[in-house]
Amino acid sequence: MAQTHTQALAKTQAETLSQTRTLARGFADPVHEGQAVFRAAMEALSRPGRLRPLATALVPPAPLTPELAALALALIDADTPVWLDAPLRAEPAVAAFLRFHTGAPLVDAPDRAAFALIADPARCPAFTDFTPGTPAYPDASATLILAVETLSDEGGPAFAGPGIRGTVSFDASPLPADWASRWAANHAAFPLGLDLLFVAPGSLAGLPRSTRPVAPEMSPCT
Amino acid sequence: MNPQGPLSVTVSAGTGYNFAYLDEGTKRMIRRAILKAIAIPGYQVPFAAREMPMPYGWGTGGVQVTAAILGAADVLKVIDQGADDTTNAVSIRRFFTATAGIATTTRTADATVIQTRHRIPEAPLAEGQVLVYQVPIPEPLRFLEPRETETRQLHALAEYGLMHVKLYEDIARHGHIATTYAYPVEVAGRYVMDPSPTPKFDNPKMDDCPALQLFGAGREKRIYAIPPYTRVRSLDFEDHPFRVQSFDRPCALCGAEGVYLDEVVLDDAGGRMFVCSDTDHCETRRVETRRDETRRADGHTGEAA
Amino acid sequence: MYVAVKGGEAAIDNAHRLLAEARRGDPAVPDLGVAQIREQMRLLVDRVMTEGSLYDPDLAALALKQARGDVVEAVFLVRAYRTTLPRFGATAPVDTGAMTLTRRISATFKDLPGGQVLGPTFDYTHRLVDFALGDGADPVPAAEAEPEADAAVCPRVTDLLGQAGLLEPSPPDAGAPVGDLTREPVDYPADRAVRLQGLARGDEGFILALGYSTQRGYGRTHPFVGEIRVGAVALEFTPEELGFPVCLGAVDLTECQMINQFHGSDAVPPQFTRGYGLVFGQGERKAMAMALVDRSLRAAELGEPVVVPAQDQEFVLAHCDSLQATGFVEHMKLPHYVDFQAELDLVRRLRAEHAARAADSVPDESAWPEAAE
Repeated sequence: MAQTHTQALAKTQAETLSQTRTLARGFADPVHEGQAVFRAAMEALSRPGRLRPLATALVPPAPLTPELAALALALIDADTPVWLDAPLRAEPAVAAFLRFHTGAPLVDAPDRAAFALIADPARCPAFTDFTPGTPAYPDASATLILAVETLSDEGGPAFAGPGIRGTVSFDASPLPADWASRWAANHAAFPLGLDLLFVAPGSLAGLPRSTRPVAPEMSPCT
Repeated sequence: MNPQGPLSVTVSAGTGYNFAYLDEGTKRMIRRAILKAIAIPGYQVPFAAREMPMPYGWGTGGVQVTAAILGAADVLKVIDQGADDTTNAVSIRRFFTATAGIATTTRTADATVIQTRHRIPEAPLAEGQVLVYQVPIPEPLRFLEPRETETRQLHALAEYGLMHVKLYEDIARHGHIATTYAYPVEVAGRYVMDPSPTPKFDNPKMDDCPALQLFGAGREKRIYAIPPYTRVRSLDFEDHPFRVQSFDRPCALCGAEGVYLDEVVLDDAGGRMFVCSDTDHCETRRVETRRDETRRADGHTGEAA
Repeated sequence: MYVAVKGGEAAIDNAHRLLAEARRGDPAVPDLGVAQIREQMRLLVDRVMTEGSLYDPDLAALALKQARGDVVEAVFLVRAYRTTLPRFGATAPVDTGAMTLTRRISATFKDLPGGQVLGPTFDYTHRLVDFALGDGADPVPAAEAEPEADAAVCPRVTDLLGQAGLLEPSPPDAGAPVGDLTREPVDYPADRAVRLQGLARGDEGFILALGYSTQRGYGRTHPFVGEIRVGAVALEFTPEELGFPVCLGAVDLTECQMINQFHGSDAVPPQFTRGYGLVFGQGERKAMAMALVDRSLRAAELGEPVVVPAQDQEFVLAHCDSLQATGFVEHMKLPHYVDFQAELDLVRRLRAEHAARAADSVPDESAWPEAAE
């Protein structure tokens, strides 16, 4: 009886060890790295369209990018249902990494997600598939985190709104073909809507629902 | 199972508590509420405020917001009534020195995070600064409609007629709006928001402010925000435009005009003096004046100009 | 010359040293031990555990000592400590039907299976000050103890009535997640589980007064004490890695089930309804008042009009917490001179305007009645 128990224990320990070996590490210093990533996200949503650096030493399983992983570890946990896009779902190591480091429930239905991680932004599902909150609780809405290849605050379409002094140019690539109309519709639903965080290698930008697209003819010619 | 949970905390020297007191799970919950608050300017995000080791009503909301955003490199300033040395400001500053070991300052310009009760500093805030307000009653409509279920609907429908009626009744009775503090504002053209009990003198500072403004109400469990460069309009009427208090004399200590003054009772014979409520602003001005005087005495007047 | 007030830090330190000295009292009197408080001020310890939402008699006793006997302050210490504790999970619901009873009474049946067990109670004591107790006299030894009631033959009175269909059934455990008002902000209307949490944590005096108000006509519910039982129940917890429940120990509880008249509705035949109260330790007053208010707060659910304070869940839940209430009432001690200055300025201006109006209207005596309006 006792021997069986010991054997079972040893087996569990071995399993845990092998799991630990294959799992990529989380933050080396969860308190301060988590705080730094959050502050970057807070700044990004406070000053929409402005790029800011996002440094991380994480080496998560692809196609989860280090920046996606950093935001996930900083913001999600057992209280936040998370939706993964098809490329992320296709790689079991991604789900294992997120489950182990965050404890977040992974959901199949995008409209149940508080956060959506998107590795292939060009094929991001329709924004209307995610929850925009309710008139009484507009905060009960999804935050989308999109891993793009490039971010730019020069020469893209112009945006205005809270957090922006005058207007700001912002572009990311790749994005869905109907990106401009998607964003216009998302903003038009204010105070409902989705909030977006964009990550590219080493950088971060945000577009909260309050950010208004400025029609090209109306933007100042600077 | 969850390595970010309470099992792997960075214990601050000697306190036995996590960095900035709150556990990481609570911080994440508050941080998520802050992000939504920023995305919906002026909307009150419900959050699961924790019991803090100081009483409700004494800044627990502001303390939780500050604890959630604070990092090791931050420089914190805490003011109450505009002053760094009021007892509750001292107490909260000590709390963060003890639990987070961070640097503190009384100089507005040097702070990255400023927690305040009842005032906005006189010195203009800058990008990169965060102003955290302690809020007792976050609901601007609360004294017109005590029920949360009702006020929530009013906000959802952007139905703010009640507030306008209340302000107009003031005008009918007194000839002008009789609200002197916690004067309601409209944020980014949508939500009516309580600016916390700051005197309405400070309302214009909230408009188009380069710094991020965060509001924490612990007892009432709400967080809200004004992003930088956001339109904040004090409610008023065309024939009764919003006006701030003005004082008919300068600060008796530093001579500042156009600042908010505290009335100090000097004796029991009606003796009064008026001094800056913002102690840092007052001290900075007095130091500058002394420096100028010294320079003049040393014969450096020309260079100083 | 006037200088701005300085020295807040030194003043706070000195105040804290004075507090420590005042707490100790006359050093010629022996220091009070935490164990003495735990054993001899047990009902106070129970109340602090209940309102503090933490079952830890030693901690509650220490909190009372540190708080100089101030109950709300002691609850505060316990709550602030509680929020920092890691959570391992939730125990299985306790089975009060299987309680090891020290006291059990029913006001609805003269006799019932298991009998009436008085146990340690102030009931029927004559409230005469016992000067011998002051002189340190030992208590008279208890008589042959009443045979401890056997849980097996002590079914809950509500179960007896329920079998006959006279009493509404206990809501079935649907296994749905139960809200936790310490982890989520209360969202109105709150369900019964969250309301009961609020009432259990609520200030005893406030809940007592609300319960009392329902008896005096402010939302009458025609209550009867179906049963009060006091005793120990086992706590079971299923650790995820084991997959089967283990017993963690036992806690003392007081449970009160009120039975209330109900005339029925279109959907439900006339039957008795329930109000429920549960507290840590022995706290009959709180458990009974809680049961009265619980039933009262079910007004909307049972199709009764919601008109009085004890039926209004926003009123009750938003104001029953002693920490929230005391914090906000006592925060008025904090400086408010910035706002007061704003009000001072306004009142001065209004008075000046008032005086100007009065001066304008003085010469014509017939104008007085109008001026007074």
